[in-house]
Amino acid sequence: MKYLDEYRDGDVAGKIVAEMRRIQTRPWVLMEVCGGQTHSIVKNGLDQLLPEGVELVHGPGCPVCVTPLEMIDKAHAIARRRDVIFCSFGDMLRVPGSDGDLFTIKSEGGDVRVVYSPLDCVKIARANPARQIVFFAIGFETTAPANAMLAWRAREEQMANVSLLVSHVLVPPALEAILASPENRVQGFLGPGHVCAVMGYGEYVPISARHKVPIVVTGFEPLDILEGTLMTMRQLEEGRAAVENQYSRVLDRAGNLAAQKLVGKVFEVGDRKWRGIGTIPMSGYRLREEFARHDAERLFDVAEIATLEPEICISGEILRGIKKPHDCPAFGTLCSPQHPLGATMVSAEGACAAYYAYGRHLKPQGRDALHQIAGGTRPAAGGALWGDAGRA
Amino acid sequence: MATTEEMADEKMQDAHTPVSPLFGSCPIPIFEHRQIVLGHGSGGKLTADLIDKIFLPAFRNPVLDKLDDQAVVTIGGARLAFTTDSFVVTPIFFPGGDIGTLAVHGTVNDLAMSGARPLYLSAAFILEEGLAVDDLRRVVASMRAAAEEAGVQLVTGDTKVVDRGKGDQIFITTTGIGAIESGANISADRAQPGDAILLSGTIGDHGMAIMSQREGLEFEGAIESDCAPLHGLVAAMLAAPAPDGADFLHCLRDPTRGGVATTLNEIAKRAGVGMMLRERAIPVRESVKGACEVLGLDPLYVANEGKLLAIVRPEMANAVLGQMREHRLGRDAAIIGEVVAEHPGMVLMKTEIGGTRVLDVMFGEQLPRIC
Repeated sequence: MKYLDEYRDGDVAGKIVAEMRRIQTRPWVLMEVCGGQTHSIVKNGLDQLLPEGVELVHGPGCPVCVTPLEMIDKAHAIARRRDVIFCSFGDMLRVPGSDGDLFTIKSEGGDVRVVYSPLDCVKIARANPARQIVFFAIGFETTAPANAMLAWRAREEQMANVSLLVSHVLVPPALEAILASPENRVQGFLGPGHVCAVMGYGEYVPISARHKVPIVVTGFEPLDILEGTLMTMRQLEEGRAAVENQYSRVLDRAGNLAAQKLVGKVFEVGDRKWRGIGTIPMSGYRLREEFARHDAERLFDVAEIATLEPEICISGEILRGIKKPHDCPAFGTLCSPQHPLGATMVSAEGACAAYYAYGRHLKPQGRDALHQIAGGTRPAAGGALWGDAGRA
Repeated sequence: MATTEEMADEKMQDAHTPVSPLFGSCPIPIFEHRQIVLGHGSGGKLTADLIDKIFLPAFRNPVLDKLDDQAVVTIGGARLAFTTDSFVVTPIFFPGGDIGTLAVHGTVNDLAMSGARPLYLSAAFILEEGLAVDDLRRVVASMRAAAEEAGVQLVTGDTKVVDRGKGDQIFITTTGIGAIESGANISADRAQPGDAILLSGTIGDHGMAIMSQREGLEFEGAIESDCAPLHGLVAAMLAAPAPDGADFLHCLRDPTRGGVATTLNEIAKRAGVGMMLRERAIPVRESVKGACEVLGLDPLYVANEGKLLAIVRPEMANAVLGQMREHRLGRDAAIIGEVVAEHPGMVLMKTEIGGTRVLDVMFGEQLPRIC
């Protein structure tokens, strides 16, 4: 398929990996920031292609995963109300709160709808003037402009029955938190392509300089990720630390200025809690005061909802790149996509869910199981398979 | 109820470990739903769970236990295939067909997957108050045309009307009977290591036709449902010249809800074998690929209504493939992988880029990802 097949070519992949081998002098630990990148890596088996000693750890960039449990519980409390039509992106419907998921609430009579665009809520609001339309506005900078547009339209058009439950998070503060941790292992980042398509990559320059860490803004197709990995390795091997742009067919340094302007008018930066990590200062968006009438957290009485998370879950360490899914004693046993205990098993983009769905045939052996088994380009099917599937 | 995809055997893996008391009051999410959720009807894990826990314990018998797309029973020396299916699609009219064509082809295909010649159908209609009579007429005309094409007769039926809001325009249930005249012995548990896995054509056409209609999306080269009766194709496959008798076709399934990935998982689990597919060999139409990319879906999990998967003895694979390609409905047929002895119950796929991944059963509804 045009514009896709070019980025999924096995022969080109082989050439990029050969170049990695040629320049590599030592092991490197890199982190892909985005959940979409993690998904692509595991779905395509890219980590099995990498040279031995090049380790990809999975970052905090899955918006579904990092949305805190108490925010899910707030969403559920609102969605249960009979006067509400609760609208959400599809993959939030299966995220379990303390008591069931949005599918359960739908089956109990709640009006829960999947929308592809936040602006679909405008249509729904017009068709249902007597009911409150609440949109679950989650995500990173990528979804912020479309979510902001909903709030903007709601205010401009004085739609009193439209509100947003906002749980927006930002990438740069998360990278700072990872790099500031004494346990940090990450030596270079594959930067978030779609986040930067909105925001540009200027704000990553000081992070790269301060921590002397290469950041290569990278796309999501298999060859994007392999090329981003090669570019990051090349910087490390040459002793450089700069921000580079692998995803130049989509973005530039400035990003989408119109989108940024809109986001700035609707949202302000504030502290945010991240599922599995905790509160990171100034790491998320909340609605500005002017949009208070469209802020679901204020409209519905959900402020006192607070929740605890299972202690066994190591998703916080996985999100910070300290551990991998196979390191968790609950992985594939107590915790699975049907029974997620924590952030990273919740969404298809989460590292644990991706490992479970696509990579659980690889036998874990210690910290970096995938690499020890796959051994470079040797196909994983060559004898390293679980006899009893799914009980990793 | 004997339809397959609803009756996957989940015994082998993913037995859900009981929740450890270790967690005490921690908020452990609930898999055991107290109510039916939409995912219970998706043909994936939740559906299988319902069958295992509710239906099988109640009705267990040797015919049902095979969990194929149809029951095969012997009456007075004749081997008959018997099956039923309900149709609840929205919108009821879509590019390439409507709920009427689907209701005939779906049941005809479930019969065909045993090697049977479909003979008779029944149809039960649940109509919602307010349905336009012209719409009903259109649906019935499609059913008639589909039945004629498939060479079956609709010999009995029933009609009920429910209050407005208690149904979705029209629900149809069809039941079918067919005769198995060849010596074919086709069942999911017959897949053996070494067998070839054949697919009759491009995947995802039906599901994406419905999705694009539902989402109001327009793609270059409109996507049409592949809805078609498959018994003619099956007959052509069974006619492949075999050196030592006819028993070369081990399993047949039409990958409807849950798609190719879910159907192959069902077979792998039933037969206790593994599978290794080649992503590169799986035919997907450009427009379907594009629609899936836009909507964040995977064509391997999207429904088909006119495609079949066949598990065939390896030395007969090319002969069967040749027969399929000669047939109108098998022009794009391909050998997409092999049955293996390793990793029983699990389907793996060699990705286009050169890695390997697990193809799991669909869990509930396929959900679009956020980014």
